[in-house]
Amino acid sequence: MSILRDAGLILGKDLRLEMRTRVIAGQVVPFGLLVLVLFAFALDPDRRVLSEATPGLFWLAVLFSTLLALQRAFEVEAGDGVPDALRLSGLDPAGIFLGKVAGLVVHMLVLEIVLLAGVTLFYGTTPHAALLLVVTCLAATAGLAAVGSLYGILSAGMRVRDTLLPLLMLPVVAPVLISATQAFAAAYRQASGSGWRWFGLLVVFALLYLVIGMVAFESLLEES
Amino acid sequence: MEPVVNFRQAVCLLGRFPALAGVDLTVGAGEIVLLAGPNGAGKTTVLRACAGLVTVVDGEARVLGVDLRADPRPVRQRVGLLGHSSGLYADLSVAENVAFWARAGRSRPADVDAAMARLGLDGRLAGVAVGRLSAGQRRRVALAVLVARRPELWLLDEPHAALDQQGRDLVDSLMGDAVAAGATVLVVSHELDRASSVAHRTVHLAGGTSVETAGTAAGAGSQPHPVELVP
Repeated sequence: MSILRDAGLILGKDLRLEMRTRVIAGQVVPFGLLVLVLFAFALDPDRRVLSEATPGLFWLAVLFSTLLALQRAFEVEAGDGVPDALRLSGLDPAGIFLGKVAGLVVHMLVLEIVLLAGVTLFYGTTPHAALLLVVTCLAATAGLAAVGSLYGILSAGMRVRDTLLPLLMLPVVAPVLISATQAFAAAYRQASGSGWRWFGLLVVFALLYLVIGMVAFESLLEES
Repeated sequence: MEPVVNFRQAVCLLGRFPALAGVDLTVGAGEIVLLAGPNGAGKTTVLRACAGLVTVVDGEARVLGVDLRADPRPVRQRVGLLGHSSGLYADLSVAENVAFWARAGRSRPADVDAAMARLGLDGRLAGVAVGRLSAGQRRRVALAVLVARRPELWLLDEPHAALDQQGRDLVDSLMGDAVAAGATVLVVSHELDRASSVAHRTVHLAGGTSVETAGTAAGAGSQPHPVELVP
């Protein structure tokens, strides 16, 4: 229960920070929408391609925006003596990890809702299997947030963190990009059967990295 | 009674550099001990080692009964470190910062309110983002966190820095209050006159080793708990 309490404390703090700074609402979400619009400009001559590529373009926009959200989430933990304060705080490192993941999930789900509205508006596509769409978003987001939190704390203390984080993270989350794209494609095609298998893969990935994060976060926090 | 801090020939490395090269230090319960010495003598490293933030690689090091060489983590929640940096979130308000760190340390809400009031932060400043405060005001917020968490061992690194006269007097008063409440204080300061007036003893460091221990005027006039010296 201590882990959940500590996770709740970190989550509350991160949500409060967002309310104060509006970085997600004012910068990350508009960036994601901009990426969607630029994809539309690039593929506009062939509307059919744009429609078929919607799942991949959506998740690429999510991925790029997630990198910005991650940098913000761990920039605040690298500030004026905060790493030492966290180590001395008495907070359970696994709780800190889960709290950071939960904060990212909340922010990314808001982003995904806006981007889903964006693809409907800009690309003219509508999903047929809403349930698959929703659970795919949840599982993929949890996986991205878990991996991102692991690499976020790993690079938090480094001067090159802004450039290092994408290099470390993007290859690892390739399975999430592939699985989420395939599951979304099934949800948009009215043939959701294969989509559930990809969703299963996303769940396994998310659980795996949540467990790894809970175990490894203490060591990474010590090194940050 | 076991000393609160008991270092024997403690060695700490920062990279490959021996920041502490065999420090002997004993601090008894209820003492205020001033660590003095030139820049680079190892004063800050002693504080960080006591907090379990720097690894002691050789010698003996026990703080609050915890063997730091075996596992320093259990001591961390029991000490309060006021370092050169504030350890605060710049975008959160004063009240939010104090409440967050106090709750992390399992303090009661009443302790937060009392600490805010004690440091004079319960008025207009409570709702101001820490990033908009002056250095001295941030120092007060960091002190409020320390007060709210009620640590057993206070580790203060230049606590008077950036504070005005009223703030400096307040720091001295807080050290006295902490000891009266059963805590122990280890303070690093270059303001020897001021710090000596509240400390019971001064330990001088040089080149990563402790070279001299001397009583102070404050120590002569008060009776800290007896210190059990290791032979």
